[in-house]
Formats: sequence, structure tokens, C-alpha cells
Amino acid sequence: MDKKTKKTELILETSLLLFSQKGFYATTMPDIAKKMNMSVGNFYNYFSSKESLAQELIRYSSDKVGAMIRSVNEEDCDSKEKIEKIVSLYFKLAVEKPQYLDYFLRVYLANKEIFKDGCEGMVCVASFVTEMMIFFEDGVRKGELRDQNFFSAFGLFMGYLGGFVFLNGENILDNNLESFSKDVAFNIYQALKVHEAS
Amino acid sequence: MFSKVFKILHHPQINTPYSLEDILKTDAKVDFLVIEGALSRSEKILSRFGYSFKDILDILSKKAKYIICAGSCASFGGIFRLQNEAKIFGALFSGKEKGGFWFNNSKVINISGCPMHPRWFVETLLKLHYGDKLSLDEYRRPKEVYSYLVHHGCLRNEYFEWKVDCKDYGEKEGCLFYEHGCQGPMTHANCNKILWNSVSSKTRVGSACFGCTEFDFPRLALYETKKHMSLPSAPYGISKRAYYSLAGVAKGFKIERLEKRLIDENN
Repeated sequence: MDKKTKKTELILETSLLLFSQKGFYATTMPDIAKKMNMSVGNFYNYFSSKESLAQELIRYSSDKVGAMIRSVNEEDCDSKEKIEKIVSLYFKLAVEKPQYLDYFLRVYLANKEIFKDGCEGMVCVASFVTEMMIFFEDGVRKGELRDQNFFSAFGLFMGYLGGFVFLNGENILDNNLESFSKDVAFNIYQALKVHEAS
Repeated sequence: MFSKVFKILHHPQINTPYSLEDILKTDAKVDFLVIEGALSRSEKILSRFGYSFKDILDILSKKAKYIICAGSCASFGGIFRLQNEAKIFGALFSGKEKGGFWFNNSKVINISGCPMHPRWFVETLLKLHYGDKLSLDEYRRPKEVYSYLVHHGCLRNEYFEWKVDCKDYGEKEGCLFYEHGCQGPMTHANCNKILWNSVSSKTRVGSACFGCTEFDFPRLALYETKKHMSLPSAPYGISKRAYYSLAGVAKGFKIERLEKRLIDENN
């Protein structure tokens, strides 16, 4: 990794933290530059606007989460086990690097106006959504998951996980997030699995 | 041109100079034995004019320089194979598996299709007749024809790129891949390059490609796109990851021009 790429990645990590903690509008480019010990002028050599940084951040976060799900997709195990692994990794990420998920939930979903030009539809979250498509398609093809519209399954899975991460972020949960992993995975599997004819 | 170059010695349904018996009994060699229809070694399943087909083929295949399987049934077993996969097959293949009537026979050339395009047949025979090189694919089909996909040359490619569905059969607009069962992106044939009667093709008139040149033809529900969790299979040779990623992004855009009729008399 060359010096500029390294620096860019460091900017992304720092910005993710600030945006997800303080919010998009309350964080300024000088704030990020200051945190990076960079001059504001130099900072603009890396990102010409806050909007372009915001869009790069959603691609960056999506790539991270997508890579995590891809590692599960590439494992030789059934859908039940894959669900357990995805939930476990997702919650682990929410605890260890909450900024990746918080950015998605608190900046990307809450401020769509920033992303409307350049991040239309799936453009900036393709790497993550694609892995979920592969997970679902594979599960149905193997006869493990019930065939249904992709979005009804996707919404159930990711909405549920997102909701839990949100509750955790609000300190509402009565126990640590990872302790819910087994039950949440069980519920998702029960909702998505093929139901045998009665 | 065909009739000037080739002489048809025997055909069971048209007027030809020799009977099947004449051909079976003669010591003379022939250039081409053309087989139509699925094959079986079982006398009960397949006999003609008092001879088992196995005996007919054993004799004729030795006389012929080339054995041409004309159509998908002779190539892979086709629709007849679905009745008894153990006993009905193509000449060299049973579906995609190697081993049909013969396990190996270097004389065999498959020209799959239901029907095969007459030009594929004539061009192949002419090439062989004139000693031109004929490259074959893994299913012993001429690469000149089967290295293409039906998708190549389809006039609906722009709709495929932007994931705009065809609203109804017969319409000029929209792609038939997402809802109407079109197998063009995974079917090997040059239908949209050379066209039928040099004029048209299934996809050009608003019908789905059925994948009739492939080893798994016919599938069930030809007019339906088989999907898992509303996701279709990826085109031939494209990874699911690449296809879903691109398709998901493209579908997110609404291209107004592609939503309109090509020719709209009212606007």
C-alpha cells in the first residue's frame, strides 16, 4: 500500500468515527483535518468536498461489511450455520468497530440528500447487498431457505440486525449485544427456512 | 447449391434412390450419415422397418465418414430422453454426460437445436466436404456456430444492460430474461447473428429463447424465468457476484427513454 493510499484509509477511518459519533452536519472538514494533524488545505487534496468524502465512506463501509459476509458465503456450510456466522460477525463488528454500522444507520439512511447524486440505488452499497443476494440465492437453490422476494428476506434479516445494533447504540439492551447473537440467528433462520408441508 | 454438391441416397420420408435395405446391404461407403431423433439400444424402444435401430446404426456408422447428429434429440437425447434417461440418449451424450449410444466416436458431429438452423447443417456439411478445418466445442458442436450466445446480436441488449423488463410477449421493448424465461445469455448458438430465414429470431419477434441448443433442453416452464429469492441465474461464464453486483446497480436507475415505446404514434 503506497503512502497516499495509507493516508486516505486513515482519513476514512477517522472520518467514520467523527461522522458516526457527532453526525454528518456537526462534523466539519477542519474537524477531521485537525484530528488527522493535517492542514485543511492538504486535507482537500484527498477529498474535494464533504459530500464526496461521505460517498466514499459508504462505499468503504459497504466493502468492509461485504467482505465479512463474503468470507461466510465462501464457507462450506448450510444456511443455518451461515446465518449464525453472519449475525455473530455483524454483532462483533458493532461492538469492536461500531462506526462502520453506525455510519450506515445514522448517516447514510438518515441523510439521503447527501447521497442522491452518485450513490443512487445500490451504487455505493453494492458490495454488501451483492453478498446478501448470493447468500439468499444459494440458500434457496439448496432448498434450505424459502423462496420469496429478495427484499422481503433482506429487510427481515438486515432490518432486524440493524434494529438491534441501534438499540445497543442507544444503551437500551439489558445485556451485551453479542449475548443476543444465538437467539437472533435462531429467529432469522426460523423466519427464512423452508417450512415442511404440514 | 446443396443439391448440386450432395446426393441424398436414402431418407425414410422423401423420395430417394435407395431403400434402407439397399443401403444396409451395400458395401459402398457414404460421406455422411445424418441422424435425427434420440437413440436407444433397446429394440423395443426403437426399431425401423423390422430392424432394431442398434443394428441399423452399427452397420451404417461403419460405412459413413462422418455422423451428423441433426438436432438436440440426436445430440443429447432431448425431450425423448426425459421418458427414460437410462435407455434413451443422444449419439455421444446423455444430457450433459458423456456416453450416449456411443461413448466415443470421433466421426460424430453434433448440430444441436430444436430445430437446428438449416444453415448450420449446410455450412457444416460443406466445410467437411471441401476439407475445411472444423473446430468443435466440448459437445462436439462446430465452434463457428456454438461459440456465440443467442444474446449476441439480440436487439434487446440495452434493456438487458439496464434491467428493463419486457411487459408482454410480442413487444419490441424490454428484455425477456427477467420474467419471460429467455435463455439467450446462457445458450450457445448464433441465432441473432445469422437470423432465421436471414430475417428474424425468437427474441426479435418478442418471444423468449428456449435454450434449444443446450444439453438440458427442454426444461420445464419455458416461458418462466427460474429464480431463487427473485434472483435469476447469472449469464453463461459470469460469476454470480459480478452479475448481481452490476445488475443491482443498474436496476437502481430509472432510464426514462427505455421505459417508453420505441415507436409511439401519440408522442
